Amino acid sequence: MSEQIAEAGRGSVNAANLTRNDYKGAPSTLCQGCGHNSIASQIVAACYELDLVPEQVAKFSGIGCSSKSPTYFLGRSFGFNGLHGRMPSLALGAMFGDHRMKGIGVSGDGDTASIGMGQFKHLVRRNLPFVYIVENNGVYGLTKGQFSATAEKGLELKKQGHNPYTPVDICMEALVANATFVARSFAGDPKQVKELIKAAFSHRGIAVIDIISPCVTFHNHDESLHSYVYGKAHETPLHDITFVPAREEITIEDFEQGSVREVELFDGSRLVLKKLESDYDPSNRWRALAMMDEAEKNGILLTGLIYVNTEQPSMYDLYNLPDEALNRMSSDRLRPTRESIDALNASMF
Amino acid sequence: MTQEPTAVTENQQTQAIVNDFCITFSTVNGSGSATANTTLLRALFKMGIPVTGKNIFPSNIQGLPTWFTLRISKQGYLARLEKDDIVVAMNPATFSKEQEYVVPGGVLLYPDDIKLAVTRTDIHVYPMPVKKLTKDAEVPPKLRDYIANMVYVGVLANLLGIDLEKIYQALDFHFKGKKSAIMSNYNVVVAAAEWAKANLEKKDNYRVEPMNATEGYIMADGNAAGALGSIYGGVQFVGWYPITPASSLAESFQEYLPMLRKDPVTGKDTCVVVQSEDELAAIGMAIGAGWAGLRSMTSTSGPGLSLMSEYMGLAYYTETPVVVWDVQRVGPSTGLPTRTAQGDLTQAAFISHGDANFIILIPGSVTECFEFGWRALDIAEHFQTPVIVMSDLDLGMNQWMCKKFEYPNEPMDRGKVLWEEDLQKMIERGNGQWGRYLDVDGDFIPYRTVAGNRHPRSAWFARGTGHDEFGRYTEEPDVWERMMNRLLAKFESSREHLPLPEVHTMPNAKIGIISMGSADAAVIEARDQMLAEDLPTDYLRVRAYPFSQQVKEFIRNHERTYVVELNRDGQLKQLLTLDNPELATHLIQVSHLDGLPLTARWIREQIMTQEAK
Ligand SMILES: Cc1ncc(C[n+]2csc(CCOP(=O)(O)OP(=O)(O)O)c2C)c(N)n1
Ligand code: SF4
Ligand SMILES: [Mg+2]
Repeated sequence: MSEQIAEAGRGSVNAANLTRNDYKGAPSTLCQGCGHNSIASQIVAACYELDLVPEQVAKFSGIGCSSKSPTYFLGRSFGFNGLHGRMPSLALGAMFGDHRMKGIGVSGDGDTASIGMGQFKHLVRRNLPFVYIVENNGVYGLTKGQFSATAEKGLELKKQGHNPYTPVDICMEALVANATFVARSFAGDPKQVKELIKAAFSHRGIAVIDIISPCVTFHNHDESLHSYVYGKAHETPLHDITFVPAREEITIEDFEQGSVREVELFDGSRLVLKKLESDYDPSNRWRALAMMDEAEKNGILLTGLIYVNTEQPSMYDLYNLPDEALNRMSSDRLRPTRESIDALNASMF
Repeated sequence: MTQEPTAVTENQQTQAIVNDFCITFSTVNGSGSATANTTLLRALFKMGIPVTGKNIFPSNIQGLPTWFTLRISKQGYLARLEKDDIVVAMNPATFSKEQEYVVPGGVLLYPDDIKLAVTRTDIHVYPMPVKKLTKDAEVPPKLRDYIANMVYVGVLANLLGIDLEKIYQALDFHFKGKKSAIMSNYNVVVAAAEWAKANLEKKDNYRVEPMNATEGYIMADGNAAGALGSIYGGVQFVGWYPITPASSLAESFQEYLPMLRKDPVTGKDTCVVVQSEDELAAIGMAIGAGWAGLRSMTSTSGPGLSLMSEYMGLAYYTETPVVVWDVQRVGPSTGLPTRTAQGDLTQAAFISHGDANFIILIPGSVTECFEFGWRALDIAEHFQTPVIVMSDLDLGMNQWMCKKFEYPNEPMDRGKVLWEEDLQKMIERGNGQWGRYLDVDGDFIPYRTVAGNRHPRSAWFARGTGHDEFGRYTEEPDVWERMMNRLLAKFESSREHLPLPEVHTMPNAKIGIISMGSADAAVIEARDQMLAEDLPTDYLRVRAYPFSQQVKEFIRNHERTYVVELNRDGQLKQLLTLDNPELATHLIQVSHLDGLPLTARWIREQIMTQEAK
């Protein structure tokens, strides 16, 4: 097969000269209809549309059905499937290998809000530039249907009976830990998921997206908060989101005057948030917390960009790093000079 | 061996004891005695006299008794002594007890405001006017307690003949040339020395004399040495969480990185240090960095090592290089966190669940802490596996006279890492194939690419789940077995590639001693003592696990080999037995655990008693 024919057979390409296929992973082994699958597809779509080079993205996960999904997207990217609840530390260390790369982690509600709560919050407070997706189904899928920390109080599950405890809200935990980008979405709202992922990749800091992602096998009763039916009935977007890449001009005329807010992201791209019922300001952390609290009381699934702060220095900014990748530094730049050892010994008496 | 207390005789007064005694300082934790003690240590060292200093301190910041012993040894022995020749008793709370430990003919120095009874009649007693001399010193009241310790420095200088000029140099070094600090301390030293000269009649026999025995040596602690060795080894990522006695290792990076590790090209930093939220995260970060091609490490002590065990298994199975320093303390649980032991050895060897084995390096001196600092990084990257370096509190936190640090005599071994062009060649060589876990060279060590490699076929997926030679998920029984057997073969192949044991023999020796780590100092001295009593010994110091073939031969060649170590269960003996079941009867456990460094006397007594049977 000549190169030309191969080219022609590739279908449409993006600005990185790659096809959608170049962003795909292995076929999913998760259950048909699992919310996690739809999120994996949106990660593929977002990366394709962002023209990311797969070799310059690293992907990470913990343990769970959700954490299996990094094999189902970005097959040409380096990945590390770590330990249950310990993906944040693994990713943090790894991202310093080549800090010019993009990083994405996929976790579950058990992985993040139970066993991994500590690492999650500490990754957040360090503000590592990293897309942190929680595929939140309110249950432990992989271990077959136990309550997770995000399951609502009173939830009834087949093997477990009633959940006696109040739930953890991942977005609120992120906000309290000073996250600089917090969003919530719903696997049943793929367009919003995709736009949020694109924005998250363009944010210089931690970007937490808590995505309600129904487990069709163990936790999909119509009346439970993490089901498709409930989500469809109760999703209330804060705004209509459009991600505008840096290279594209947007004309405000495209939108009705006074009806949009814009958030400029680190790389010059923008998020256009079109007002829906009320005008929501995602730069007020306190207001965000109050609103989340209110929505939770009323059983409303609020989705959209809950909070963003583009001013906070990222973790990389706190280190005096060279522009090039640390992992490409040659040995002679890593070992102090032969002469230095004499001065060192002289100082040791 | 203990002598009956007798009154000090004329005879004792005339036999000078020169450069061979020990001084114990008994103070209250947090009273600032460290400056005074290290000043004496440095001054003696500057006089060319072999000297070591050991802290015995409680797990507390302020208020409890703490001891510092300074051993002066013309023969260069560095181990702890069980007796006190000279005691400086600054702490009223332990004053009465302290007297009991002084050898007959020994010396007791104390502040004259301690009004407690001196019950011993067979020792020399010198009260010191500490209050008066510090008052005269004209320093701010809040500094008085600190300065008070300089009084005993001055009195000892006079009594023992320590050169004041050397004390000045020591202070100058300590206060980094800051004149006001140097002088406010030095003035007290001089005043105290003058007071002693005018008022004390020296009756004891202890003296120091300048020697020329510290040439080529430095004074350092193992933690700083470990950090420095790692810095010379090109460490690029350190994740750590504070814990005694390991903290000062990681903190040394803060001290030394700015001067040693600015990139010569850009002037930027080439090593990232992150204080993590716990040890689970410290090891996770270090493994992430190691996977991404950085030379990475963490440092901890027993409790932290326990927390790292799950991640260690992941690193083992994914073949990720990482270095873990374990500066051991006394366990289990919180144990005695400020006391020393070698009790984590078996935990380290078998850390993590399932079939896993780990390379261990065991430095026996501060100089070796430096050397193993860089070697560990080489070994980890060479074998693509975790390496645990086992130090301990005694080695890590005490001041040892040791050989100068030597510049690494080997180029960095970065292992089999493929960048874009290498990978292209590899693919061409492999007829279009390359697999992360393929044993291409037949040495059980595969090739790896690291994140950031832009070759479109460079990426692979690291996973703790079953994988084949190409990193693909599989549960195939034979693949699992094959992969696990290769990992074992790789581990086995490291035996002769690790620091080999150090062997010292004596003519006509019939029995052997095997030991490790900081126990070395006491073993060396004990062997000389036993030789003096006609019991020559051969000695092998283990420096790495898995053990070299030499270890087996040593055990085979000695009918009885005493395994000397600092723990209850004889953990080194356990590992030796596992490796040499056919020789198990040759091994005799000599293990001891009281939280204090081993002494030559104890070892000698154990072995001589056994041999007498
Ligand atoms: C240390 C440890 N404890 C327990 C487990 C078992 N385990 C595997 S996945 C999982 C829960 C996963 O739940 P979640 O993160 O919500 O992912 P989901 O499967 O629901 O997507 C548990 C408890 C494990 N792998 N490791
Ligand atoms: S068990 Fe639930 S979470 Fe797991 S793959 Fe199936 S649907 Fe998804
Ligand atoms: Mg879940």
